[in-house]
Amino acid sequence: MKRSWNPILWGGFALVLAGIASYPTFFIRFPVTRDFPWANLLLLAVAACMLAVGVLRAFKRPEAYRGKVSGSILASLSVLLIGFFLVSIFYIARNLPASKNAPRAGEIAPDFTLPDSTGHAVTLSSLLNLPFGTNNWPDTAAATGKTSGAVLIFYRGYW
Amino acid sequence: MVAISVDPPSDSQHLREIAGYSFLFLSDDKAQVIHQWDLVHPHAGIDGADIARPAEYLLDSSGKVRWVNLAEGYLVRTRPKQVLQAVDSMNLAGK
Repeated sequence: MKRSWNPILWGGFALVLAGIASYPTFFIRFPVTRDFPWANLLLLAVAACMLAVGVLRAFKRPEAYRGKVSGSILASLSVLLIGFFLVSIFYIARNLPASKNAPRAGEIAPDFTLPDSTGHAVTLSSLLNLPFGTNNWPDTAAATGKTSGAVLIFYRGYW
Repeated sequence: MVAISVDPPSDSQHLREIAGYSFLFLSDDKAQVIHQWDLVHPHAGIDGADIARPAEYLLDSSGKVRWVNLAEGYLVRTRPKQVLQAVDSMNLAGK
């Protein structure tokens, strides 16, 4: 009997690559699939099953299927790649400093002065009571004609 | 609404223009405020620069912190709904 090509092996490996690459390129854009990468984990689980089937049949029925060598290589590579993905998402991305001394609810926020995007110096305390309309503030501002407070968003930068 | 990063003002201005943001961007390019607020993620930026960990604050008119969110990972972001809920609860609590 002619040994047949073992496409499920290669398909599984391709799906591993796609399951990893689709996180930074696609699923990261949507909060539901970014905060927890369930879509990618699902793809990788399917890929792992395909690889397992491919490797098993290469070893159990070598007279019918090819892929003992290529299957072992692809499966090992996949384990490494999936491990790298899991470590990146669940360890490295969550390895943030504790920020123990960051201001907590109820505390007075430390004041500061920083340049805005046109280079003009802006002081935080001066932003907390502005005429309505200058700081895009909803409800209370519309009712009182003044803003009362600010939302500060510390972000990692644009690159 | 104020966005703060260690980007120089010109980078923030560029971001505002391409993304069409109308709110204020402040440039903490010496990382002085994120050190003062203990929000530094050391050496996590380009070329090992200190940048901010993601953090969102709601302050009232007296400068008191009414709500804060320190995400557990940098892939997790506050959703607009969470901030709006915090604003609502602040208004209900009476300024």
